Amino acid sequence: MNAELLSLSNAPWLYIGAMLVKILVVFGVTMGIVAYATWAERKVIGHMQTRLGPMLTGWHGLLQPIADGIKLFFKEDIIPSQASRVPFILAPMMILIPSLITIAVVPFGTDLVVNVGGKAYAIPLQITDLNIGILYILAMAGLGVYGITLAGWSSNSKYSLLGGVRASAQMISYELAAGLAIIAVFMLSETLSMREIVLQQSGSILDWYVWKQPLAFVLFLVTGTAEINRTPFDMPEAESELVSGFCTEYSSMKYALFFMAEYANMIVVAAIMATLFLGGWAGPTPWGPVNLLGKIFAFMFFLMWIRATFPRVRYDQLMKLGWKVLLPLALANILVTGIVVVLQQ
Amino acid sequence: MLDSYLPILVLIVIAVAFAVGSVIMSRLIGQKKPGEVKLAPYECGMPPVGSARERLSIKFYIIAMLFIVFDIEAVFLYPWAVMFKRLGLFGFVEMGVFIIILLIGYVYVWKKGALEWE
Repeated sequence: MNAELLSLSNAPWLYIGAMLVKILVVFGVTMGIVAYATWAERKVIGHMQTRLGPMLTGWHGLLQPIADGIKLFFKEDIIPSQASRVPFILAPMMILIPSLITIAVVPFGTDLVVNVGGKAYAIPLQITDLNIGILYILAMAGLGVYGITLAGWSSNSKYSLLGGVRASAQMISYELAAGLAIIAVFMLSETLSMREIVLQQSGSILDWYVWKQPLAFVLFLVTGTAEINRTPFDMPEAESELVSGFCTEYSSMKYALFFMAEYANMIVVAAIMATLFLGGWAGPTPWGPVNLLGKIFAFMFFLMWIRATFPRVRYDQLMKLGWKVLLPLALANILVTGIVVVLQQ
Repeated sequence: MLDSYLPILVLIVIAVAFAVGSVIMSRLIGQKKPGEVKLAPYECGMPPVGSARERLSIKFYIIAMLFIVFDIEAVFLYPWAVMFKRLGLFGFVEMGVFIIILLIGYVYVWKKGALEWE
């Protein structure tokens, strides 16, 4: 029996119900990972430094994220007297919201076939399949820069301003290199839809784009790390010189929103990397969501590992790497891919 | 076609509600003991000197301009990359000319020292 793709026109109520369930599950899982990523990061780095990390709240500190959340709720919400109030309040939301909604186009499994009233409907396990999926992701990732710049400027504090300006220059520089690095993948895939890109890689592990585009994968790994301001590229925070960078003046839940956005961005970059280069939900195990989550966790562990290993780079080294190494390499990769594809035809 | 954007709208509503809700909740629950010193901008415990709205290094503005130039290049490359296999050699040469013109500009920018931070 052939299953019909569920849409708003053929079964509106089923479509809306499935949509709400998918959105709530994805949102809940994302927030759950965000909360426990803070715990995992402290644990992983703790053990790498031969410490134990959080141990007191619950078994091996498992209740730590909940305790932190409750604590931050009860903290005083300070708005500095010289700050520009409206942008100061809006900035943390402008960072968190884009990173939470980017996840919408990431596919996390094969179609789920359900029987309703004698007809079979296929529900795609993806909140929505945009035919311009990647452009949507890049657009939303670009919005995050506004939040950081506004946070730095509106605090009216020297550390915040320096952190905000540095962060925006870093993010736009690496966004460029990241955007150029993944173009080579679309030259092979001929589509920007995340769903199609995963289906093209679903044959076997050898179909993954990481084998055809190893340089693009490495470039995206580096630019992705810089894009989400993780060590060794965490210049915007740089606590040894800028206190806490753009979020110096923030407290209470507003500060927590910055933190959540950082971890949500880690999930998003991991999901994009898994989808474009590592087969997304397809392979190696038969369970789609398990594959995707496994790849996301592996990447997040990798980022924590890097944080425990490398010192922070200097700002001039950071800009030099972005503009003088990664950008030309990404362009060269596009040209080489082009030559190879033309020669094959 | 616009159907596929409906879930994104719903997700935006949920994300906004979560962000706004948690800020308002903490505003209501959290204690409020404002003080003149507490509300001053942080400067390592010293009284703040001058304004924070100082002039910034011109480097940052140059980076912003270069970003716009190269990002527009990337915008042109996306539709080209998707159609690339169908365009074949013709498409490759056309885009090669475009990239080489940009590379000349890139070399010029490099030689002029716009990418130096020392």
